[in-house]
Amino acid sequence: MLTRRIIPCLDVKAGRVVKGVAFLNHRDAGDPVALAAAYNEAGADELVFYDITASSDERAIMVDVVKQTAEQVFIPLTVGGGIRTTEDMYRMLRAGADKVSINTAAVLNPQLISDGARQFGSQCIVLSIDARRVNEPNEAPRWHVFTHTGRDARPTGLDAIEWAKRGVQLGAGEIVINSMDADGQRTGYDLELLKAISTSVSVPVIASGGVGTPEHMYEGLAIGQADAVLAASIFHFGDYTVAQVKEYLSKRGIPMRQL
Amino acid sequence: MSTIAVINYGAGNLPNAVRALQYVGADVVITEDPAVVEAASVVILPGVGATQDTMRSLSELGMSKVLPAYIASGRPFLGICVGMQVLLEYSEEFGLHNCLGSIPGTVRMLPPGQKVPQIGWNQVRYSPEFANHALFKGIPDQSDFYFVHSFYCDVPDKVVAGRTTYGVDFPSVIIQNRLAAVQFHPEKSGRWGLKLLENFISWATSQNPISVDSNALESV
Repeated sequence: MLTRRIIPCLDVKAGRVVKGVAFLNHRDAGDPVALAAAYNEAGADELVFYDITASSDERAIMVDVVKQTAEQVFIPLTVGGGIRTTEDMYRMLRAGADKVSINTAAVLNPQLISDGARQFGSQCIVLSIDARRVNEPNEAPRWHVFTHTGRDARPTGLDAIEWAKRGVQLGAGEIVINSMDADGQRTGYDLELLKAISTSVSVPVIASGGVGTPEHMYEGLAIGQADAVLAASIFHFGDYTVAQVKEYLSKRGIPMRQL
Repeated sequence: MSTIAVINYGAGNLPNAVRALQYVGADVVITEDPAVVEAASVVILPGVGATQDTMRSLSELGMSKVLPAYIASGRPFLGICVGMQVLLEYSEEFGLHNCLGSIPGTVRMLPPGQKVPQIGWNQVRYSPEFANHALFKGIPDQSDFYFVHSFYCDVPDKVVAGRTTYGVDFPSVIIQNRLAAVQFHPEKSGRWGLKLLENFISWATSQNPISVDSNALESV
């Protein structure tokens, strides 16, 4: 049986992991390569590096980080952040990434999805969507796509479900759906949003944004029907280990990879 | 001195396959040259993508005759993902077309009813007659490996060394004489994937393959 995936996400800036990682007692907690290795040993099914770097000099560092990681860690690695062209994709894939994740650049230029899929295969192209609820309280739920996350977030007017479907038509091999309402709240995923996306597209859907406990992950997988869960702070701050989460999910009947 | 040749026809996973092989100690040569394949003592064909594109790339390199001849010579061979699928006679992907024909069978689409492609970790169940094969040494039955594919190999039972379930029970490992092929990506399957690559290399480079593999050979 296909197992559901647990995917830690590391924010990397100029070659250093920026969020605290508490569980690494004896290692450099800012070193993405060491962290990737530690997560691999801990049972992570996949890893995401999210490059929050601004300058092109620092992007060159990211390529090197990916290369070093790929030489030591043999589980799937996705790189996101700052990928705007197929040349950017090629640099990361050649360095050893298995997939690239695109978000704002795909909204601004949807052809980037189809160009990437044609050149590298759909399995390489992950479409990441930041969505926020836009309906009034007494209306049926609706979500719109936003670009440039954070304080700078900009509405696009695109319906999130329609954009996910279009992304898959264009060749995206997986969809990451991040609820901006839930992100950082640690109160659980937006399950309605997740389920709406999961049941609308034919490709795997990865839940992101809002997880605070293993039970939230269970809800995302069981109720939200996600194929995988992306998580950052729940692991980085040492609240739970990957193994604890997997044991919990296994007990609740979610198929998990055995190490 | 044995040459382990990894064929470079533009497959996206070539660098990572090479990194994993080097990690387990293999001394590999990356090649686009049919003459190197003809003279090699071990050949590895990685792969990501579609069978038709892969067949076209192999033809352009002059590999589409050389590879079946190499395999027919009984020398060790490993195919990964699409590198497994192109070994069959036919593929139904984007219209029926011919493949290399080293293994009887047809590449078919995974059945509807679940998400396609299958992406993620799934178990490989050993066929009883292959459970003690050198390729699986030290790897527990039903271990998880990382899959990314929309199509699978429909081949005769006698060459199926392992199966996986995703809407259909499909062959995830094929062994025929000294040819091994896997639908998953061992280079991305963590410790068991690395172990499988290591096992393949020691099986392929051992002087006396019969002694480690007598049951499997008899059954084929």
